Amino acid sequence: MMRQPRFKFRLYIAADTQNSIRATANLNAFCREHLVDRHEIEVVDVLREPKRAMADAIFMTPTLVKLVPIPVRRLIGTLSQPQLLLETFGLEAAPA
Amino acid sequence: MKSIKRATNPGKAPTGIEGFDEITNGGLPHGRTTLVVGQPGAGKTIFALSFLVHGAAEAKEPGIFVAFEEASRRIVANAEGFGWNLAELRKKKLYIVDAQPKPDLVQTGDFDLTGLLTALKTQAKEMGAKRIVFDAIDVMLALLPDPAAKRREMYRLHEWLLEHEMTAIITAKAGGDEASSLTEHPFSFMQFMVDCSVALNHTVSVGVSQRNLRVQKYRGSTFDENEAPFVIGKKGFDVAIARTLGREDAVVSDERVSSGVARLDTMLDGGYYRGASVLITGFPGTAKTTLSGAFMEAACRRGERSMFFSFDSDGSEIIRNLKSIGINLDRYLKSGVLRIISARSMGGSAESLLVRIKTLAREHKARCVVIDPVSTLAKTGNELTAHGVAERLVDWSKADGTTLVCTSLLDEMSGQLEGGTPLQISTMADTWIHLNYLVQSGERNRGLSIIKSRGTSHSNQVRELILSESGVTLADIYTAGGEVLMGTLRWEKESAERVANEVAEVAGKLKRVTLNAEEAVLKVRAKSMDTELLAKQVEKTLLDRTTQSRKGELSRGRVRMRELRGGDRAGVRQNGRAL
Repeated sequence: MMRQPRFKFRLYIAADTQNSIRATANLNAFCREHLVDRHEIEVVDVLREPKRAMADAIFMTPTLVKLVPIPVRRLIGTLSQPQLLLETFGLEAAPA
Repeated sequence: MKSIKRATNPGKAPTGIEGFDEITNGGLPHGRTTLVVGQPGAGKTIFALSFLVHGAAEAKEPGIFVAFEEASRRIVANAEGFGWNLAELRKKKLYIVDAQPKPDLVQTGDFDLTGLLTALKTQAKEMGAKRIVFDAIDVMLALLPDPAAKRREMYRLHEWLLEHEMTAIITAKAGGDEASSLTEHPFSFMQFMVDCSVALNHTVSVGVSQRNLRVQKYRGSTFDENEAPFVIGKKGFDVAIARTLGREDAVVSDERVSSGVARLDTMLDGGYYRGASVLITGFPGTAKTTLSGAFMEAACRRGERSMFFSFDSDGSEIIRNLKSIGINLDRYLKSGVLRIISARSMGGSAESLLVRIKTLAREHKARCVVIDPVSTLAKTGNELTAHGVAERLVDWSKADGTTLVCTSLLDEMSGQLEGGTPLQISTMADTWIHLNYLVQSGERNRGLSIIKSRGTSHSNQVRELILSESGVTLADIYTAGGEVLMGTLRWEKESAERVANEVAEVAGKLKRVTLNAEEAVLKVRAKSMDTELLAKQVEKTLLDRTTQSRKGELSRGRVRMRELRGGDRAGVRQNGRAL
């Protein structure tokens, strides 16, 4: 069986706003289901690091950036559609 | 940028856009939010950017530009085109945020602007920003999944702006016409939220582009509610303003400037007023250009900087044509006192023409300006806006103290009865000179009359305008039997009168001579009769004397005879009895 690539994410959130809490939860759930043991998540709170947000051009929260594998992709929102995440990350839907 | 010098209103943030600050009595509401809506290409970004540039460069109010639509690189490049030095400003006073959503951005679920606002807060604090622009907010709002979320984020933004006391502009695209932008637009709720709302409108009528700006609302301030045309010119935004109430009057002058035709100056009691607007109307070929050329020459001779806008012939043609009647503009053109702008090819709306005229005249520091013919303004674009343009043209010349001479073509079809010009500039002009033709016995002669001249006693008479190699002159005309005589008829009448005068003079002389002769005759006769009288008198005395002497002789004779007869006394007595 082919070796599966590892995933590196960076999630920009705005402290504990509702959208940010949902996004964190949805991402964790997604990873638990589809990327077991092959993901890393870095969480950046823009309220604590506003300069970093500006530098990284993060204007909407929550924003998820998939750093690895390339290409880098950006997603905004609460990540509430797992099917869309699968397509965006190039992971075809797992066999039913 | 005159508006800066004016006393700035503490509650207002000047935009530096001449005209707009005037409409709004000082600019945008300070510390509040203004919504600018308009179709694509209406000039929203330029409007917002000039507000920031003015703040950063002139008003000591650094600003942030949040670009949702255009990349900062392109914005800077566009701004350079207007001569705004963004590179210099960007070092400290102007920050541009590239906030365009990436094309491959995936939206999944709800999101908010907290990230942006937090980042902006830090940035604003760091540079002490007082102004902020969110350009094309609709791009960002389009990503939000539902109307409720859009509304929520707009309120979040608004709250944030109020909290930080930033003077803000939010721009958003609106539909085709203004009505739909108010009612059906998805962001119509923003109209209620903001303190000031400005609509930019770009229409094309009969192939001519026309831009209008209208302040839709302005909480807590008076403003001009009418649509004001504007132009995106070389130096950015230029809003044309109609004279608003309460504006300071321009300084009026009692000084007179020569019209270039001595007789006309006399008719006008000394010439045009300095800073007046003069309208010369007439059919084609009635010497409108010539009359304005004479005015230009007079101005140049006084050493005043002058400008001649010609919309129907080239500069060199004008020089040549005027030279033929003794008006020599060549040397003034060379010395730089005079500039002739041949604007035959100048296109665009009446509004943009006005802006160009204003800019050029200001550059040249012209004190006397001729626009030949001003009716061109009505030709391009619809007459309604052209009328406003004419109004502003007159207004501008008065404010600047520029003496303006406009010619206007009268349509032969419209006739003289109406007497109006397409621009209705005639009602605004201070002096209105009308030239017309009089066709009589196979001749076409030019007549000049002063229809009105404010503040001057002027002649009511029609004069004949004569063009010759030695220049322009005016001649009295003859009225005979209720008809006005000009040209040859006038000449004939004049010579007939001369002959009649001569005849009368000769007849007088003749009469005098005969009378003299008769007098002499009478005198002679009187003298001869005198002599005759004298002769008669002499004769009479002579007669008296002879009668006397005969009587004496007779008595003496009797005595003698008696003596000789020797008669005695008695005999004498007898004799005497007997005899």
